[in-house]
Amino acid sequence: MTYYTPPVDRLWWTRRRSYFVFVLREFTSVGVAWSALLLVYAAKGNEIPVWLVPINLIALAACVFHAITFLSLAPKATVVRLDGWRVPDYMIVGGNYGLWLFASLVLAWVVL
Amino acid sequence: MTVLEVSRYRPGIDAEPVFQRYEVPDNDDWAVLDGLNYVKDSVDGTLSFRWSCRMGICGSCGMTVNGEPRLTCGTFLADYDGVVRVEPLHGFPVIRDLVVDIEPFLEKLSSVSPWLIRSGEDPASEFAQTPAQLEAYKQYSMCINCMLCYSACPVYVLDPDFLGPAAIALAQRYNLDSRDEGDRFDVLSTDEGVWGCTFVGECTSACPKHVDPAEAIQRYKLTAAVRSVLPWVRL
Repeated sequence: MTYYTPPVDRLWWTRRRSYFVFVLREFTSVGVAWSALLLVYAAKGNEIPVWLVPINLIALAACVFHAITFLSLAPKATVVRLDGWRVPDYMIVGGNYGLWLFASLVLAWVVL
Repeated sequence: MTVLEVSRYRPGIDAEPVFQRYEVPDNDDWAVLDGLNYVKDSVDGTLSFRWSCRMGICGSCGMTVNGEPRLTCGTFLADYDGVVRVEPLHGFPVIRDLVVDIEPFLEKLSSVSPWLIRSGEDPASEFAQTPAQLEAYKQYSMCINCMLCYSACPVYVLDPDFLGPAAIALAQRYNLDSRDEGDRFDVLSTDEGVWGCTFVGECTSACPKHVDPAEAIQRYKLTAAVRSVLPWVRL
């Protein structure tokens, strides 16, 4: 029997808003990688050229988008039950933001 | 009258699917499936599609309605304006018209051993469970194998080897069951298993039974990651 196999739609990520947001989220990893490389470059005592500032701002926005979407998805991976009661998603997300803030404060205290 | 624009693929006649329009009477309580059955019974008996229970239980009548994967028995014509386009589920080879090949899905499903695995002799009595033990997996047991989640998943559409949302959700249905003693790690913790998922989340949005396959997959990623480091741990 001859089955019809549809060709792969190369523009699939434009067909639905959720697909587009997903691809955007994946692309933010480029900004995260850029920021990491920049940190290593700066940590070695190099000066960051002024013309890189716009790129760094875009990378910063990508990092923030990446972090926020990552933390928003955390309750999907961490289902916590306490004596049969499932800890609500907002508490998991809030806990993650709390840890993020705490880690940032500790880092700021160490670095500054 | 409502116009149904239906994808037709007749092997040996059509090289690729073509759309054919049918007019069906306006009825407020008609689902898309009722419209298709009207066409089949009264207009064109050659139209092929799957259906059975008409009440969202059997999972047979999944199709793409105006671009969205839907159970056609629970999708009402009155909710649409203009032409209603009906296509087979995206991501699957088409056998004829609206009928897709479900064999690859059934192979994936059986690969995760979706049943209670026990060792030792047959039980002399039933295994009692507390409400909390039932609650741990109940959500995933609602899956009706309708495959809408596969059709909504771009990873599966791009890579048909991906184990997919429903098979992983059903694996978790048994992993989280207090009566189960099986180990599905070797099937699930693979590139084609949970690690193939990039967490688009559309499987959960598409599910007509409110199962959350995306959650099932992310939870097993955590389990698999922990077990890769601490092999003796069972989560």
